[in-house]
Parts: sequence; C-alpha cells; structure tokens
Amino acid sequence: MLTAAVLNGLMYGAIYALVALGLTLIYGVLHIINFAHGAMLMLALYSAFFLFKLFNIDPYAAILIVTPASFILGYVMYRWGIGKLSKGRDQNILLITLGLSIILENAALFFFTGDQQTVNLSYGYDALDLGFVFLSYPKIISFFASLLICALLWALMSLTDLGKAIRAVAKERQGARLVGIDVEHIFAVTFGIGIACLGAAGCMLLPIFYVDPYTGNIFVVIAFTIVVLGGMGSIIGALLGGFVIGITESVGGLFLGESLGQIGISLIFIIILIFKPTGLFGSKV
Amino acid sequence: MTKISDLFTSSRRRFIGGASATVALASSGLAIPTIAKAAKPVKIGLIHPATGWAAYPAAQLRYGALMAIADINKAGGIKSMGGAPLEALLGDSQTKPEIGAAEVEKMNEAGVHALQGCYQSAVGLAASAAAAKYNIPFSIDVGVSDKLVQRGLSNVFRMADGYGRIARDAATNLGEINKMAGSPAKSVIIVHEESEFGTGTAKLMTEALKPHNLEVIDTIKHSNPTRNFDNIALRIKSAKPDIVMPINYPGEYVLLAKTLRQQRVDFMASYSVLGGGFNFKFVDDLPQIAENMIDVNHWYNPASASGQAMRKRTEADGKYFTFEVYCAYMSIMLLADGFERAGTTDSDAVNAALATSEIDVDFMPYDKTKMVNGQNTGSRAVAIQAQKGDVQIIAPSKYASSKAVFPRG
Repeated sequence: MLTAAVLNGLMYGAIYALVALGLTLIYGVLHIINFAHGAMLMLALYSAFFLFKLFNIDPYAAILIVTPASFILGYVMYRWGIGKLSKGRDQNILLITLGLSIILENAALFFFTGDQQTVNLSYGYDALDLGFVFLSYPKIISFFASLLICALLWALMSLTDLGKAIRAVAKERQGARLVGIDVEHIFAVTFGIGIACLGAAGCMLLPIFYVDPYTGNIFVVIAFTIVVLGGMGSIIGALLGGFVIGITESVGGLFLGESLGQIGISLIFIIILIFKPTGLFGSKV
Repeated sequence: MTKISDLFTSSRRRFIGGASATVALASSGLAIPTIAKAAKPVKIGLIHPATGWAAYPAAQLRYGALMAIADINKAGGIKSMGGAPLEALLGDSQTKPEIGAAEVEKMNEAGVHALQGCYQSAVGLAASAAAAKYNIPFSIDVGVSDKLVQRGLSNVFRMADGYGRIARDAATNLGEINKMAGSPAKSVIIVHEESEFGTGTAKLMTEALKPHNLEVIDTIKHSNPTRNFDNIALRIKSAKPDIVMPINYPGEYVLLAKTLRQQRVDFMASYSVLGGGFNFKFVDDLPQIAENMIDVNHWYNPASASGQAMRKRTEADGKYFTFEVYCAYMSIMLLADGFERAGTTDSDAVNAALATSEIDVDFMPYDKTKMVNGQNTGSRAVAIQAQKGDVQIIAPSKYASSKAVFPRG
C-alpha cells in the first residue's frame, strides 16, 4: 500500500507541479502573486470540457488548442489589461488579479451554473495493472505530459534567446530595458506562458477530476505551497515541490486518514517558511 | 440588499449569490392577481450556499422554492391575508455557518416573516439559532442533522426526514434486500465526509446495521474537497467489504465512485446514505458507473401525477429533477400553509400554526404530515437504484417501482 500511495502521489504531484509552474514563473519575472490563477485554471478546465462536449475533442488532444489559446489570452490580458491598469505598481496588479478572479468565478457561475461537470472517456477506466495497484491511463498520460511540458519550459528558459530575455528582465528590468529588450512584451509573454501552463494543466486534470466554478481554488492552495517549497521562480523547484507535496498528501492520507493527512502539506509550508524562506531552489528563473 | 426582478422567468436566467438579493416576483412576469398586489407581501428569506462548492444544490433549492412561491402567488397568494403574495429574499451562506447566521440578521432587519434553508446541517444549526432570537419561523428544506429539531426551538420545522430515521430505514431496507438475496453480505465499509452530516450519519449507520447482521469493518473519513481517492480505494480493496457505503457531498461522491472503478475494487453493492451525487445527472453522465448503485435519500413519488408534472416542468426548464427541488418546494408549501391558517405574519401565531400542520404533499412518498417538536413524522426517505439509465425506487415495497438488483452483478 505504501508503494501504491507513493506512486499515486507522484502521478498527482506532476499535475500539481504544472499548476505551480505558471504561478512560480509569473512571480519569478513579474514579482507578483497572480490571485486569478485558480480562476484561470477553472477556465482551462471548462475550455477542455466544452471542447469535449461540443466537438468530441479528447481532453489530451485539446492541449494543442487550449494551451496556445491560454497563452494568447494571458498575453492579451497582461499587455492590454493588467499591465495598463496597474500603471506599473505591483500592489495594483495584486488587486486587479484578485478582482479578476472574483469576476471570472461569478461569470462561470452565471453562465455554467454551479453544477459539477465531468467527462466520460472511453478509456477513462482502463488501467495499467502493476499487481499492487492499478494506474489509470489518464493519470499515466497526465504524468508524462506534465514532465514533458516542464522539460520544454526548462529548455525554453535555458536555451533560447526568449528565455535569456525573460531571465534578464526577472533579474534587472532596467538593465534589460537599456540593452533593448521590450520589457512590457516580455512581461506579457511570461504571463502568457504562465497561463498556458494552466491551459495544459486543465486539459490533464479534466479526465481525472471534475470542473465547477470553484475547482481552480482546490488546486491553487496546493500550488502556493509548492512554489514556497520549490523556491519562487524555480522550474525545477516547482517540479520537485509538486512531487514532494503529491507524495506527502498521498502517504499522509494513508497513515493519518484523508482528513487529517492534509496536515503534512501545512507542516511543510510552515517548516520551509521558518528554515528556508527562499525555498529549496532559491528564486532563480 | 440588491433587487433582482426576474430570476424565475426562464432557465437561461441564472442567478449569482454573493450578496443577498430580493426577488420581486410581482415584476417577474409571473401573473399575480390584482388583489394580491394590494396586500402587503409576506417576506420569506431563502438562505443557501449560492457561492462555493455547494452552489449547484443551492441553485436547485432556490429553483424549487421560487417555483413554489410562483405557484402560490399564481393561485392567489395567502388568501386569509387578503391574497398577500409571497416575496423571496435571497441570502448566500457561502457554505459557512457564521455567514448563514449573519444573513439571518440582515434579513431580520429587512423585515422577513419566515426563513428557509440551508442545505448544510452546520449552517442550518447556526442560522436557525439566530432566527430563534427573533422567533422567526424557520423551515429546514435540506439538512439532516436531528440536532436541528432537538434543541427545543419552537420556531424550527422540517418536512423531510432527519438522519436518525433515515439511518434506521436505510439499515432496515438493506437488511431486507440482503435477506431476500440469501444474506450474502456480511461486512460494510463507510466512507463519509467530515462535517456534521457525514460524521453523524456514519455513527448512526454503524449502530443501525448491527441488528441486521451487517458489521461495519472500517469507517473512513475524508475532507471537503478531497482531490484524490486512490488511497481510500486501496484501503477498501484490501479490506474486501461486501458493501461500500458512501455518505458525502456531490463532488466527492462522484469522484469516489470513479476511483473505485479505476482501482477495480470489487464489492456486492454501493449502498450510499444521503449520497449527494446520486441523481438523474449522475446516471446520465456516468451510466456504466451508476448502474445498480443504490442510495437512500429524499425522493419524489413517481406514482403521483403531481410528482410527474413537477418533474416535467423542471426538466422543461433545462434542470435536473434533484431532491433539492421538491424538498424546497414542499418546505415553502409548509410555510405558506402556516401563514394561511394563522391569517397573520405574527411569528407566535405562525409558529403555532406550523406546529399543527397537516399539509398534503402527495408528490412525496409520505404519510400524512404530523409535526412533533418541529419534525414531520410522516416523512420518509426511500431506497433508490440506478437501473438501465433510470432511477427506480426499490424499497419500501409500498412505493417500489422495481426490484432491487443485489448483488449488483
């Protein structure tokens, strides 16, 4: 049972990491906490749901639609919305994203109702039999897809000119502006990438969870803990943090019960804040 | 309080909680006789978790309550009060007891004459206690904790069953179903949510099952929401119970059912008690999982013409006919009958009238209404089972529309 719990924790941890990735990236570059993160995840889940319901597009195939669409939404939202309204003040961005989350959740409640929606995939209950545990195909697919996206994002940040520009802006925005980098464009791109991560996460969550106007918040609480654990702005930190939190939640649930088992996540949060406030991997982007 | 004038006119118009809102049905397009407009309206406060994880059942409850209010107004309002129309004030408890109690205070200031709510027992306990300070009649539409009607509050009334009787009936029904199949089931695992509803019901079920030779071998508690049911599924799998008994809210109910299937957990029956997710939508959305699952819950009487008519009307509005709809409807009927017989909004007179209520709710599988300490003793929950894409009553036999499939096969 312990091995099964660890494996299940890893599966969920990869998806948690993807949700945290967007959060950590936006913080690392823009130095703001995006309070609309949960609402944006909810939007991604609904996008995948309606693509499946209306056009019979498999949620995993929908990644190819929802992820770029989320990037565009994020870019536009920052470039011509959040960026302009904030007038360059970080506290304004906090308030704007907080307001945005309230608007999005209530709009979802208005248009989609509070009804919990789920998808019924033909392969949704097929599973890999490991003898001691069944790993459902949706969870396996989500696990590897999450790893792949993390790797691609790492490569983008480490190996490309865009990645260098993002890191430059994150470290010294005035310096970056002096060497000709369009800082506003980079901010919007980063915000777009963060939201795109949520787009992918939404597509991977839908087959194993449900969506309602408040689903996003269920995962964002976990994402915040992962970002603190992994270090704000760190991609590797988000991935490892996701695994640690996923396993902690799963093993905690096994030994302490699903209700009390959540205490492990809170303990990690407190311990990290006390002993290593910068997280395991500092604040590198 | 914000005014919303036309919440009830079509299924596309949905409403957002967040702030309390007044529904002025007089301007909603729902015809109210001219005489009714002359009489002062009777204000009924509806307190439900309109925002948060229980937003869906809350919307269903509001829908049922507003349907009843519209019907009563259409029929001439409260006749003994000169045709006074009912007017709904909408409150949002946000799933929090303290907010539910605060909504009572706001509604009292707005001059409410009666209250109805609250879906969650914990919120109902806080809100009805707040209402007791002003002696405002309080009708519990959904809320199964028996503490709601056992605190000696003379202003609290409940039409539907509480978990005490439901647990007894659920155990008796399961015992009979098991006996008819040759008593193959011996053991039960209860999986319940952590609040008053789940914990209280689980405790009662553990005791109630003993006389029926069914032993509860494990009781597993989970939080709201729970993201991952894999551990619970594995725990159940290793314990090999004959019956799995979920007692939880909609999201977790569905997620648990899906996970049990994914982990290939084998058992004779899923026999939930007040399973929040067991309804027509669940059967439509996940037919292969729902098939032969059993639930003991509030349910309408499909043999009654009025029950069928209400179902058709609800579905024509694009909504599922869930238990919240008719529970809210009959609770408003109870209040309206109280005002009708009292002939006044004076709370002492209305509470006295409600305490002697004898209303006929033929769309429910109930006996004659009889209030004892605020609880209708004529109510009953029934055992229902998903069979071939539909939901059938399988017990008690008086209302059964089909035989139980047990073990599930």
